Amino acid sequence: MAVRKLAGLVATLLATSFVIFGASYAAPGDPVTFLAGGKENLTPEYLAAIRAQYHLDDPFLVQYARWLGDAVTGDLGRSMQYNDQVFDLMLARLPSTLGLVAYASVLFVVFGVALGVLAAVRGGRADSAVVAGTTLATSVPSFVTAAVLISLFGVQLGWFPVMGGGSLWHLTLPAVTLALGALAIISRVTRQAMVEQRELDHVTVARASGLAERLIVTRHVLRGALGPIVTMCGLVTAGMLAGTVVVETAFSLNGIGSLLVKAINTHDFPVTQAVMLFMVAAYIVVTTLVELLQPLIDPRVRRRA
Amino acid sequence: MVLSVEGLTIEAGGRRPILGDVSLTVGRGEIVGLVGESGSGKSTLARSVLRLLPRHSTVSGRVLVAGDDVLTMEPGALRDLRATQVSMIYQDPRSSLNPVRRIGDFLTERMVFTLGRPKAEARARALELLAAVGLREPERHMRQYPHELSGGMLQRVVIAAALAADPALLLADEATSALDVTTQAETLALLRRVQAERELGMLFITHDLHLAAAFCDRVHVLYAGTLVESRPAKELFEDPRHPYTAGLLACTPELDDPRPIRPIPGRPPSLDDAFTGCPFAPRCPHATGACEEWRPRPVTVPGGSAACRLVEV
Amino acid sequence: MTTVVSTLSPGPARPLGYWLAGAFLGLVVAAALLAPVVAPYEPDAVDFAATLAPMSPGHPLGADQSGRDLLSRVMYGARTSLIGPLLLLAIASVLGVALGTLAAWHRGWVDTVVARLTDVMYAFPGLLFVVLIVAVFGNGMTTAVIALGLAYTPTIARYTRSVALGECAKPYIDAYRVQGMGGFTICVRHLVPNMARSIVGYLVVLFGEGLMSLATLSFLGFGAQPPSSDWGLMVKEGQPAIVQGAFLPVLVPGAAIALVVVSFNVIGVRLADRMGVRGA
Repeated sequence: MAVRKLAGLVATLLATSFVIFGASYAAPGDPVTFLAGGKENLTPEYLAAIRAQYHLDDPFLVQYARWLGDAVTGDLGRSMQYNDQVFDLMLARLPSTLGLVAYASVLFVVFGVALGVLAAVRGGRADSAVVAGTTLATSVPSFVTAAVLISLFGVQLGWFPVMGGGSLWHLTLPAVTLALGALAIISRVTRQAMVEQRELDHVTVARASGLAERLIVTRHVLRGALGPIVTMCGLVTAGMLAGTVVVETAFSLNGIGSLLVKAINTHDFPVTQAVMLFMVAAYIVVTTLVELLQPLIDPRVRRRA
Repeated sequence: MVLSVEGLTIEAGGRRPILGDVSLTVGRGEIVGLVGESGSGKSTLARSVLRLLPRHSTVSGRVLVAGDDVLTMEPGALRDLRATQVSMIYQDPRSSLNPVRRIGDFLTERMVFTLGRPKAEARARALELLAAVGLREPERHMRQYPHELSGGMLQRVVIAAALAADPALLLADEATSALDVTTQAETLALLRRVQAERELGMLFITHDLHLAAAFCDRVHVLYAGTLVESRPAKELFEDPRHPYTAGLLACTPELDDPRPIRPIPGRPPSLDDAFTGCPFAPRCPHATGACEEWRPRPVTVPGGSAACRLVEV
Repeated sequence: MTTVVSTLSPGPARPLGYWLAGAFLGLVVAAALLAPVVAPYEPDAVDFAATLAPMSPGHPLGADQSGRDLLSRVMYGARTSLIGPLLLLAIASVLGVALGTLAAWHRGWVDTVVARLTDVMYAFPGLLFVVLIVAVFGNGMTTAVIALGLAYTPTIARYTRSVALGECAKPYIDAYRVQGMGGFTICVRHLVPNMARSIVGYLVVLFGEGLMSLATLSFLGFGAQPPSSDWGLMVKEGQPAIVQGAFLPVLVPGAAIALVVVSFNVIGVRLADRMGVRGA
């Protein structure tokens, strides 16, 4: 099974990278002009540089293969906007973005699962409150959340710095923004999975054997619900890298996500391609990892394998 | 008495109670059968002994285990009762075990967390119990997951777990119904053996009257939440006094039995069927108009009682 | 076995919230339609005397950095903010229903090809697929709407496929086939109309999400361009005012987005229940 999953991983990576590469050919007009970011940039030297970087004199598939080969070995080309290696541009911004994703992940996993458990175990008003809160949280786009948090905690109350980055303190509001939607999803999944598990016979059996309710929740209900919870946490974390595009822009953080937005607004296609490739590859790899993790959580899957 | 149910009535919003004024006792070393069709309330009765009541239900009457009323005791005492005094064996062993935990965890969990035994001791005891219920490789089974064992083996595991705390009362709720015939026989033999060895009181719940008659000392027949006949197994089998009991016996074919097969007409009553008189009257071959008004009450017959107007006359 | 399942009805499904949401959406649609008549100002009427004005009778919801009246802008903005999602869902449902029906009708290799295509699109997390298209074809509302329409196509195609598979298994389809009716005619005349109910229900559920996605694109500068008063763009343009302590330029359009999306979700969930939308 693991081999099939890995083969699927490679196939998806190839397909998506092909789409990202081929996109420049779909652009209206001449690809060279497009890659150069507009006619005004077309000096003869620059044209030559682009031709060399993209191997534009080779057949299409060879171009793709060489581009992919370069990308895999870390050669992502040069950005004409920054006049720097794309790889270096990304490397410099990666720690801040990964830090943001990690911070947000911790937040949404801890609070999302806790709220879901609370809703499932307590029921009644706590349940309704969590359901209403998550409905609201999934209905507010993250850039609006960002604006509200900045207004309230950044400016009005002055608890958090509004701009800049670096410290954990700086990252708190962005991380909360990034985590909010994810938190809503996870608490719903947790609640649903626990409600389903709670109805199973073996939980009643455990209760009938005199086990305390707290132990029933942790050892049986939550344990049984772990499969969907872990899967969803993995998927949401994987997608979070793409979420940084909005959050970093909203908080003016200097990371990979805002790099992508700037690259697109300045027609810096090498950077656009590289960031896309990185985000998509990370997403595919993490989702595959989550699938490979399943047998560890549910022994029944191991048998089917 | 290990178990004494007195006038137990459970209502859960239907047009008639799930159980209506049911009384029965189980003594030490005694196997008492409880027979009924699905929907008769037999599982509800068994579960009420552990106070696992249907949601939103109102309960009256008493369920005494070793003299204490289960229905009114403190939560702590209830957990203690569930852990040490009463054990239950369920119809489907596969759904009784948490599929993502090992057999060993299932067995030691209750010993460690409810009886407070050290882990090593619990493990040793679990191995002992697995051997006692006839599993040959206890060490290996301890490490296995439920899906790796057959239904019969799992039911042995469940029985082993039931014995873990040396209970005084065993509730077997259709414990062998989901197993195939040979495993069923082995499991029954095992139940009988552990029951005799430990002098357990056992409430044996089944839909199979023949099985109950062969396996139990006394048998209660439940219909629509009320006891229709309560007598020693042998007498009940040879001379059923309630038409429903007779009907149940007549609808199973048997070798060398000259009686013709006669299915009971109609269907088992649901919770929305309310009755003014005898609940069995609509399906009873002997019913007369008076049966529709006669409120069933136990009438003394040889060895026990039957709740039928025709017996009373 | 007497296991009594208690009849736990989920309450009266909060009809109050449902009606409130409906009333609010009605109000928003009316505001969008009547904006030229009702709005107190032109949406792009600059008035530097009113820069960052607070709430007042003159500017009921305040004004932005250029002194443009926020109430008027939000009313006009409702037009783009509502028509955008409508168009993108129209694109997505035409393509998605066609692909999904095709996949369910032909099965075999057609089904496989559609499945692989959707797999590749699903491999792009979040809005990245849309962002790629915008990067290639340039910023702007048209590109954003078409790109989002394409991005939602696989979702609708998958949903349609599952509904169509269920529908194709019903005997009436076979009956038409036996009568000698062509596959295309059966699909267009009978299959698709019979699925319309649950597809429309699903579209309502998707509308809120579509509105959020489109607003997000505008916020990033990929969608609506100035001087449009699209809500997402208004938040983007209002952001610099936050540090000056003026929150209205972001809060007004932000609240508009949030309230409309919440309303659509509240109604969508209920409609989905009623119209038998699965797995929404």
